[in-house]
Amino acid sequence: MTTILSIKDLRKSYAGGFEALKGVSLDIEQGEILALLGPNGAGKTTLISTICGITTPTSGSVAVGGHDIQNDFRDARRMIGLVPQEIALEPFEKVINTVRLSRGLFGLGRDDAKVEDILRKLSLWDKRKNAIKELSGGMKRRVLIAKALSHEPRVLFLDEPTAGVDVELRKDMWEIVAELKQAGVTIILTTHYIEEAEAIADRIGVIDKGELLLVQDKDTLMAQMGKKQIEVMLTEPIQTIPDSLAAHNLTMNGNGDALIYTYDTHADRTGITTLLNDVAQAGLVLRDVQTRQSSLEEIFVNLVSGEPA
Amino acid sequence: MNWSAIAAIYRFEMARFFRTLAQSFLSPVLSTSLYFVVFGTAIGSRIQEIEGVSYGAFIVPGLIMLSVVMLAISNASFGIYFPKFLGTIYELLSAPVNFIEIVIGYVGAAATKALFVGLVILVTASFFVDLRIEHPIAMAAFLILTCLSFSLLGFIIGIWASNFEQMSLVPQLVVTPLIFLGGTFYSISMLPPLWQTVTLFNPVVYLISGFRWSFYGLADVPIGLSLLAILAFTGLCLGIIWWIFKTGWRIRS
Repeated sequence: MTTILSIKDLRKSYAGGFEALKGVSLDIEQGEILALLGPNGAGKTTLISTICGITTPTSGSVAVGGHDIQNDFRDARRMIGLVPQEIALEPFEKVINTVRLSRGLFGLGRDDAKVEDILRKLSLWDKRKNAIKELSGGMKRRVLIAKALSHEPRVLFLDEPTAGVDVELRKDMWEIVAELKQAGVTIILTTHYIEEAEAIADRIGVIDKGELLLVQDKDTLMAQMGKKQIEVMLTEPIQTIPDSLAAHNLTMNGNGDALIYTYDTHADRTGITTLLNDVAQAGLVLRDVQTRQSSLEEIFVNLVSGEPA
Repeated sequence: MNWSAIAAIYRFEMARFFRTLAQSFLSPVLSTSLYFVVFGTAIGSRIQEIEGVSYGAFIVPGLIMLSVVMLAISNASFGIYFPKFLGTIYELLSAPVNFIEIVIGYVGAAATKALFVGLVILVTASFFVDLRIEHPIAMAAFLILTCLSFSLLGFIIGIWASNFEQMSLVPQLVVTPLIFLGGTFYSISMLPPLWQTVTLFNPVVYLISGFRWSFYGLADVPIGLSLLAILAFTGLCLGIIWWIFKTGWRIRS
């Protein structure tokens, strides 16, 4: 694998002394999808803005495809596409013209076929001659993506691309991301929707208070930090958990017809066999058993709050 | 140089102009016609000729300057302020363009629009008064330099302004008085001696005087001084813009 984006000890402090980035270092491989998770104000957008040239770093370096973002800014920026968090578009301009503007800004000549292809993929072709103010919020977000893709970037930043977007567009967006990945485009996205990161990312980075707390392969992260739960459903509801099962730290669902047992998948003994034996001993009859893995959301909340998952 | 970026910015800005072509075209024609009706015909008929030039014809260069200066400022300031206001400036900042390219794109478009309107006024004026242009090359040079330099000033205002009120502050409180007191409607030789001296501190005097000289060979100040003034003003604006981009003032955090 080749590293396409290399961030070294990146710091950003503002005049008031606020440190938005406290020495972030990160290597991103070509063709991967990295999801950056973090609460509001964690530094996600500052990190992206600094890489893209909107904000000047206080210290540290970033190289895109080997090009330093400051000394070699033209070659570095040519490789980058950015879909910003806020919808920022010229309201009176036509869709197609604003996409052409983006392509031109990045130094590429007019290519109607390419622009048509992008607009069609994003279901914007029929709206190409509409003024942007006539479009719905979701459509405007598509225009932002079209602009970012217009110059065929190798690295695409999606800053909360699905915030306030309906289910259909979110699915479309995921498909577009998958297609871009197929074409070898590296994607870095920030999101509040943890299921989004879970569904499409290869790696997950967690950022909080300007620090990168962790970057890990998604599956490894979930396996390492995840807990599993087993839900034992009973044929007859019970009022209280029998004393003989107290050692298992069970919880009961609201109806009293299911017992929930939490265990660590990596422990030497999960305790499942003993649990099931004890349940049978207590005279309870099983209707069904199912297991559930803890979601990335739980892992994330635990990480940010500083507690072990 | 990223020429395609310059062309893209220029085209995008000109598109705004063409979207409102009626307004861009009709408004200067109407306001110039009104000036001629009021100053040229109603009042001008009672004013003597100034060094052999009728009053109506005398005010043409000043009227052109008045419109061109105001339009150059408003076009350029709006051109760069609007992306800041809308947030679309993110794209400009993240694109592989340097400040020279951004300035050429925005200022070039603003100057073109101002130039167009200047020419429209010139043509409109020719329907009302007998125009003669003794030094056409100097006339073109003054007109183009004025369009460019005040577009540069407008660009600076657009970068500086953090709301719409500030956008109109400099044009209305500084530029308009300077133009009206800069000899648009009179020759400074008509003023009492004290005010003749005071007026010489108004930079617009040099601009209008030089421009009027290119029409009728009449000048309040030597033509060389006029040329020097406009060049110095252009240089000053370029210097400020260079500093703005070097420091990222009001653009890049």
